[in-house]
Amino acid sequence: MANGEALHGVGGLTYDPSRRALPPELNVLIALVAITVVFELLNRYNFGWLWNDLPFQQGKSFLFNTRDNLDTLFNEQRINIILLQVAITGIIAIGVTQVIILGGIDLSSGSIVGATAMIAMSFAQTATVNGNPNPKAIFGEGFMDLWVLVPILVGLTCGLIAGCVNGRLVAYTRIPPFIATLGMMVSARGVAKWWSNGNPVSFPTESYASLSNGDMLGGMTFGLLSWSGQNPALVFFLLAILFHLIMTYTLYGKRCYAIGSNEAAARMSGINIARHKVLVYTIAGLLAGVAAILLTSKTLTAQAGMGVMLELDAIAMAVIGGVSLTGGRGSIIGTVLGALIFSVIISGFTSIQLDAYYQEMVKGAIIVGAVVMDQWRQSKRGRG
Amino acid sequence: MAAKQAGARIVSDFILETRGLTKHYGGVHALTDASFTLKRGEHVAIMGDNGAGKSTFVRQITGVEQPTRGEIIFDGNAHLFNSPIAAREAGIEAVFQTLALADDLDVPSNLFLGREKIRWNLGPFSILDRRAMREATMAALVKTGVKIPNLSNTIRNMSGGQRQCVAIARTAAFKSKLVIMDEPTAALGVQETAQVENIIRTLKEAGEPLILISHNMRQVFDLVDRIVVFRRGRIVANLAKEDTDGQDVVSYITGAKTGAEFEGAA
Repeated sequence: MANGEALHGVGGLTYDPSRRALPPELNVLIALVAITVVFELLNRYNFGWLWNDLPFQQGKSFLFNTRDNLDTLFNEQRINIILLQVAITGIIAIGVTQVIILGGIDLSSGSIVGATAMIAMSFAQTATVNGNPNPKAIFGEGFMDLWVLVPILVGLTCGLIAGCVNGRLVAYTRIPPFIATLGMMVSARGVAKWWSNGNPVSFPTESYASLSNGDMLGGMTFGLLSWSGQNPALVFFLLAILFHLIMTYTLYGKRCYAIGSNEAAARMSGINIARHKVLVYTIAGLLAGVAAILLTSKTLTAQAGMGVMLELDAIAMAVIGGVSLTGGRGSIIGTVLGALIFSVIISGFTSIQLDAYYQEMVKGAIIVGAVVMDQWRQSKRGRG
Repeated sequence: MAAKQAGARIVSDFILETRGLTKHYGGVHALTDASFTLKRGEHVAIMGDNGAGKSTFVRQITGVEQPTRGEIIFDGNAHLFNSPIAAREAGIEAVFQTLALADDLDVPSNLFLGREKIRWNLGPFSILDRRAMREATMAALVKTGVKIPNLSNTIRNMSGGQRQCVAIARTAAFKSKLVIMDEPTAALGVQETAQVENIIRTLKEAGEPLILISHNMRQVFDLVDRIVVFRRGRIVANLAKEDTDGQDVVSYITGAKTGAEFEGAA
């Protein structure tokens, strides 16, 4: 601000730049670092014997490489798993974040993943498995061994249609988003089960399988870099960057925040709220479609039960990342950090050999804790 | 009625004229036959009890709602504003009773809410010209004499007075031909009220016409040239400031008196 000093004082108020509020994402980042440090310590001073009757052993590490036969600084295998296991839910969370910032909620993304997975996979099947005809074939010969772009487009279209229906329900009827997307959640799960009478759809073509399991970074950089089998994580980060830029620098992002923080004001300002809502829910559906394609490509099969509870994990990631459920506040960066917190906790519990049951308990506690922290921070800052 | 208004057809004299403006909400007659004129550069106060039709009147001329019957002639042309954007594009800027501000956005974003400056037009994904909006915000704040400590602060973190100032500065950020303020100081403290009143005086000096809705008799007599009183959805008095006093206006508001030319109206 060029003449910042000149602009002070309604009733003698002055502006002190040092009192400017820190970005809320910083708190999430600090939490992520703190949780990582805790797991590093728990690994270094192995406490496993406390809960697992394992022999006491020292010298393990969470993040760093402790093997003599590898010369890397970090435990790359662990880091890759941390990034990979969160990528697909993370992609959904990017869409959910936008919906929540808009002041809505999307409960249907997990079911959209299920339905899209079944439908897209049916167009990705290979004709012969080990010389025999594909035992899981959904369609006849003519729909086998299709070009890889066909299942991709089918998957994206499924997500797009489901999202568009969500958006239209929310924008043009007076149904609250919770109910509209709850309906979609139940219906899309029904579609997933009906599609192949509950049977799994398996055996995709090699090119479809390589969508997740190939080395996209290698292809993009002409072999300069390589990150094999990590394509979902790569796509997650690319989409996160893209949507961070969109939310920060474009009309689309500005309107999401405006509608989420005061819908009446946005309407009075002449923003076409209904059209914008349809657009945001459609993008959320599209991202669920992307997640479904990457998920089936990674697991090489599609089942009707795929993606159950993913919507709640995605919402939890957004909430941990500082996205306010009342709308208007939050960011994609926050959600990415929230997703990483999620993943570090899962990997951390595995690394200290604690049973998976505890993971869920702690995850729940962290979700509530994150919101309590956020509220506390809000009230502490008050009017500044 | 029409004959009496015939003289008003001289376009250049009036910035705004309404003829027989009527609004029914179902069976509720919120506004009946409101015929109103505003000269260029004139500041007029609209007074009246709660539910007298003041805000309804404003909602019709700002395009928030569409009248059941009647004409709006603004700047020489008959208009039918089908949205607030249409009214705003014609040059009518309004500061509403319920502040039309988004709490989680900063000052420039609020000033340009709904008409953001665009650097590259890509439809809904158009890239915002944040620097231009920031500079225009500074200019608007200087023009209205509004002082806001930090432009990138969100509205949520501002006092009531600062919020009101931002809402008013919005009207100055664009070339408006008419400013309408609906109870701009209703929720403000003494000092903040003085600030807003100063802004209104600045508008008067700049020759910008203003419609002010207010319950504050002192403020009205301080600021405006003419007082129009609404009662039960009708205009019941049109008083030049010099010819009236507080007691007189109150009797029009409460219904003890009705203007001679409006006899039989209420």
